[in-house]
Amino acid sequence: MAALCEAFTLCGLGPTGGVGLGSGLLALEPGADPDHVLLTDRGRTATLFKVSDQKPLGCWSVKHGQIITCPVVCNFETHEYIAVHDNKVLRIWKDKDVNLDKVFKATLSAEVYRIHSLPHAEPLVLFRGGGVRTLDVLLEAPQQEIENVISDEVIKWSEAFLEGQQPVLIFVTEKDGDFFVYIQKLKMRSLCKYKLEQQELSNPLCFTAYIKKQIITLLCLYSSNSVYKVLIPLQQNSEEEEQTLSKSLLLNLSISGSVLKGTSFVVLDKDHVAVLGSLAASGEESKECLTIWNTKFQTLQASKELPLGTSGQLWCYGEKFFFTHGKVLTVVIYKCETSSLAAAVGKLKDSQTSDLSSFVNWNTLGDEELLVSCQSQQSVALKSESKMMLRSKKSAVEDIQPDASTIGQFLLSIKDASTAAVEDELRQLLSKAQRPDFQAAIGCVISALINRCKADPMFYPRNFLVQMIQKRELSYSLCPDLMAVALEKKDVHLLQICLQRFPDIPEEITYACLKVFLSISDDYLERTDVDLESVISYIDIEPNNKEVKTEVVENGFSTELEEDGCDVTGMKETHMMDSVEFCPVGPQKAALLNAVLHSAYSETFLLPHLKDLPAQQAVLFLRYLHYLYVKCSEKINTTLPGVLSPTISQIMDWMCLLLDAHFTVMVMLPEAKRLLSSMHKFVRAQVRFYSELNKIEGSLQELQRIKCQKDSQAYSIEVLELI
Amino acid sequence: MGEFEVHRVRFFGLVPAGVRCMAYQHRGCRLALARTDGAVEVYNFAANYFMEKAIPGHQARSVEALCWAAGERLFGAGLSGDITEYDLERLRPARTVDGFGGPIWSMAANNDGTRLAIGCEDGSVKLFQVVPGGVQFEKNLDRQKGRVLCLSWHPSGTHLAAGSINFIRVLDVRSGNELPQRGSKKRECVVWSIAFLSSGTVISSDSFGRVQFWDWERGTLQDSHTVSTSAVLSLAVSEEEDSIVVGTSAGATYQFQLLPVKAGGQEKRWVRTKPFQHHTHDVRAVVHTPTALISGGLDAQLVIRPLMEKVQKKGYDAVLRKFTFPHRRLVSCARKARLLLFQFSQHLELWRLGSTNKTGTPHSAPPHLQGPEHIYCSCVSPCGSWIAYSTASRFHLYRVQHEGDSISVKKVPGVPKLLLPAYQLQCASDSGRLFVASDRGSVHVVQLLEPGGCKHLHTICVWCCSGTREAVYLLASSADGNWLAAVSGDWEVHIYSLKHFKHHCTVPTYSCAVTALAIHPATNNLFISYSDQQLFEFSIPEKQYTAWSRMVQNSGLHKLWLERDSPITHIAFNPKNTSQILLHDVYMLCVLDKSLPLPDNNTLLVNQSTLKQLSEPARRRQLHAFKICKKFQPLLFADLLDERCLVTVERPAVDISAELPPPVQQKKFGT
Repeated sequence: MAALCEAFTLCGLGPTGGVGLGSGLLALEPGADPDHVLLTDRGRTATLFKVSDQKPLGCWSVKHGQIITCPVVCNFETHEYIAVHDNKVLRIWKDKDVNLDKVFKATLSAEVYRIHSLPHAEPLVLFRGGGVRTLDVLLEAPQQEIENVISDEVIKWSEAFLEGQQPVLIFVTEKDGDFFVYIQKLKMRSLCKYKLEQQELSNPLCFTAYIKKQIITLLCLYSSNSVYKVLIPLQQNSEEEEQTLSKSLLLNLSISGSVLKGTSFVVLDKDHVAVLGSLAASGEESKECLTIWNTKFQTLQASKELPLGTSGQLWCYGEKFFFTHGKVLTVVIYKCETSSLAAAVGKLKDSQTSDLSSFVNWNTLGDEELLVSCQSQQSVALKSESKMMLRSKKSAVEDIQPDASTIGQFLLSIKDASTAAVEDELRQLLSKAQRPDFQAAIGCVISALINRCKADPMFYPRNFLVQMIQKRELSYSLCPDLMAVALEKKDVHLLQICLQRFPDIPEEITYACLKVFLSISDDYLERTDVDLESVISYIDIEPNNKEVKTEVVENGFSTELEEDGCDVTGMKETHMMDSVEFCPVGPQKAALLNAVLHSAYSETFLLPHLKDLPAQQAVLFLRYLHYLYVKCSEKINTTLPGVLSPTISQIMDWMCLLLDAHFTVMVMLPEAKRLLSSMHKFVRAQVRFYSELNKIEGSLQELQRIKCQKDSQAYSIEVLELI
Repeated sequence: MGEFEVHRVRFFGLVPAGVRCMAYQHRGCRLALARTDGAVEVYNFAANYFMEKAIPGHQARSVEALCWAAGERLFGAGLSGDITEYDLERLRPARTVDGFGGPIWSMAANNDGTRLAIGCEDGSVKLFQVVPGGVQFEKNLDRQKGRVLCLSWHPSGTHLAAGSINFIRVLDVRSGNELPQRGSKKRECVVWSIAFLSSGTVISSDSFGRVQFWDWERGTLQDSHTVSTSAVLSLAVSEEEDSIVVGTSAGATYQFQLLPVKAGGQEKRWVRTKPFQHHTHDVRAVVHTPTALISGGLDAQLVIRPLMEKVQKKGYDAVLRKFTFPHRRLVSCARKARLLLFQFSQHLELWRLGSTNKTGTPHSAPPHLQGPEHIYCSCVSPCGSWIAYSTASRFHLYRVQHEGDSISVKKVPGVPKLLLPAYQLQCASDSGRLFVASDRGSVHVVQLLEPGGCKHLHTICVWCCSGTREAVYLLASSADGNWLAAVSGDWEVHIYSLKHFKHHCTVPTYSCAVTALAIHPATNNLFISYSDQQLFEFSIPEKQYTAWSRMVQNSGLHKLWLERDSPITHIAFNPKNTSQILLHDVYMLCVLDKSLPLPDNNTLLVNQSTLKQLSEPARRRQLHAFKICKKFQPLLFADLLDERCLVTVERPAVDISAELPPPVQQKKFGT
């Protein structure tokens, strides 16, 4: 959880007290020491502060009539201060210098927008025309000509990073309501220009950016009170054509009805942003406040009201916020810890991110997030039909992230690659070493495969899916569509494995499986590959099979009508006797039904579905349950032999459930009558048998009691062995 | 070690008498307990709750109340109408004073033990002063109708609370005036027990199952708890007056505690906190010691339930104790004649053991006793032809003649006039002499003469040399007839030479009570067991502890052995193997083999069943000195008849409860 801690005043900003002379601040830049900040006002003064001591260490002013136009920065390498006054005059000085008139001065040929100082690198000078020079190059020939790359666009914001050893400069320009993003890589001498996707009725107010793994994440605060995220890959072939950058919503600055009108914001870490703005509740006066937001959970984590008003500027260095509050420069220390879901629950939540987090593993968000956002951006790009974009994006990912992107890349390739290629990839994927988030990744892969299956009826990597389910601890919720697709394709083997392996199958799907299993003919099943382990030890496969088969052939009926056929032929009594001895379904079907019996369910949810089962199928299923029940009762321990074979309680539960669901139907159905009466006879016999057992138990108990009494006789001679 | 032929006897029909009342002496950590047959026992809590003294009862002497007063003097009062002071050295009633108020139902001593108040049948409360040499009548307080069933002194000694049927009265001790009566009821309500707290609260328990708290000055009821549907018979308050314990006629006990209504608050209320159900019958007496709740019931059980929050460390005191049987040997065995003599409170039974080769049934020939006095001790000679017993005032000797299966018992005339009572009787192994333990540490030696006579030979007296006034309560004589060991009530073990009838030596004093002792027939080593479960072996000829005993003390006994519940009450030796000793307590029988190594705390103490499963070499490695058998429970007596023959006398708890009157009917689910 992020939290705002204590606040203190760094200095007064009034005309009487301290710096600024009432004209406000130009910028705040970090000093050479982590505890130092350089404050530049809109007049002619720059002040160096030691924050923890709340006192100024030095103050420098330019002459009257001159004005500092570019914030003073510190060259971290040389510990010199660099400033530009009157747009073109560059000054460089050190701590011990007092008078700025007497320090190094260079007059440049173009107007400077900003100087960016980077640790372990030469400062970069950005000119208003978009030209960039490192300071050393510039000082070699101060009067060198600076090109104008942005014609009549106006720079709104700029930022510099160090990626690897090379400095990267990003700046945003505006012209007639269009915003452009330029990425300048100095070593490569390359400049890329992008157009920022336009947003109706709102325009960006403030920008901030960070770089991670060769991707610049640009965050824009829009006047529509939202923060958008734009991903800009650094590896970009400089093409002449101007590319449009799509943006995705990161954060909606609204708190239960009231809206935060942000004026400036900073990024704290990958999940947190701080926004300075005014909170306007409907019908109330707006209050300015400083807020910290969690972008992962879309929650407001901390806020601080600023009743005296601010200048709308916010800086953040070293876990401290700096902003003007009334007539003072206030420092607020904050804490920002990794958020957990539990910590965020109970606060505001927004549904906008659902597209972001469809299969995000919370534990491994770091890389995964990038991958996911890449992908989502990908889909946006696809929609906008920019094929070029897609290709370049893909190549970028491939080149830069060989480790993290294998799965992401594969996910993409699943969409359109040939079946053989996909299977090849899958084989490779499975053979790779386990990663901690492999489970989640497999979930993504299966989801992607299923999506492809849905889209492309010819595509069905059955072997891989079977292998995955058998090997990994998957669950229904990890790949919800898998069983639906398998049902559609009538892949009974896959369904059987799912029923055996998944702990969380919804009753609806269980019912659907049952229905499919009952409806498929035994002929068809004989040709399919079904795991017969659960039936092999109590159904005599070969002879029974033949018998059923011959009968089917003779009668020309389907299996479900087999019993009717027998009834018609008039061998009623004998067959009823037989029907208990012989399995009413083929071994394959029996194995599948066993898988259904084995799966977990809740009666309340299963019963409504079970009512939809066609009567013929219900009778068949009941017949099979009856057969199992009789089989179970043959053994003294009432268990069926074999692995994964159903237990007597499972059989009884399903029997009751089925009778509950189809009671009226069973009563009406002529072919069910015999079955029911046979079942009744058997159950009655069982009840009688158990009541007999009850009696025996009583007598045995009495016997036990008598034995105890015998033990307490008054006198006996016994043998005691002591060792 | 081998097999034993065990004569397993379960026909000893002993029914211990129920507990009637108790009194706890805080300073000496002693509990006095009176049973319904008038017997009084003193348990020493400092010596592992050993039953230190026992004064047998008397038909005419029932004890309704016990009090410790004036230090360590014990007073009892009962329905005979007398106040009795007990002589705890000579273990008999010392003096009796008539209360002149009819049967006495209750008695209470004030806080400093200088005054006794008795509540009588005629409704009077009388005060007695405790003076050296007895009690002296002081005054009568106002008399009311109805017997005074319970009494309690205010801790300051100025007021008395008295409970009778339908009334609770508070009496001013100085004026003798009575304060207004409290609590009159339409239905007859018996106030069974009462307690007067220093805060002025009177707590009463009554036959309606209520525990009530009264303000004595205003006579108002402050609080009432119904704890039972049957009567609440007994009540006791802790010394700090923040906890009480009550006992009900349904066998349950409950603890009440004075607890703050809110944590840290000032206002306190009495709250029923812990229920216990240790008894099957009436709980007639309860005592609240600083660390335990003690209850005694008509089912003869004495239950000591430690309050775990008050017990500092986990040890002997932190375990629930239940005592049903006396810590005395009530059975004596004639080894040669294979006879058992059972001692009941008022009669004896003589039984012959059967044998495996002929189907002879054991039979009994109880000598008929006359008189109201209960038996102190009894013994049968090893040859089986002499039986002796003693009551408080008489010593009897019988000559038993066996003619085939029939037995004739003839009283021996001219029994010497001895100082009575006898506390222990022991026959010499050759049946030629009888040793009679008497008070002041003296032992009489009586010669038994054929065909049926006796002669007083000598009286050995240590009083002259050690000055003890305590009675001898245990005796052991050596097989060769040379030595006699005697333990007196101050736990000193004296050894006498019978050749010269003089004191031989004294075993070094040990700070615990002796529970059993015996002299080894071959080595003349005296084997002693103490109530803290320690075992010592003392060589009489060498007048010092044996090497084995020193070794035991150095290495220490097994933890589980030391944590056992009940004391060893009998020691016997294997006549053929000098290293084997038979010991037993109520729950186990142990053959101690001195030739084997002692078990340390990491080894299994009770390992017989484990050993049975092992192979011979593995078994040999696992063997240790203590061969414990827990098959026979509760075990009242065990002895070695010969090398391979054991006799055990059990008294199953089921058999006792079958002879008790039916308890208060309680509705149980499903019955």
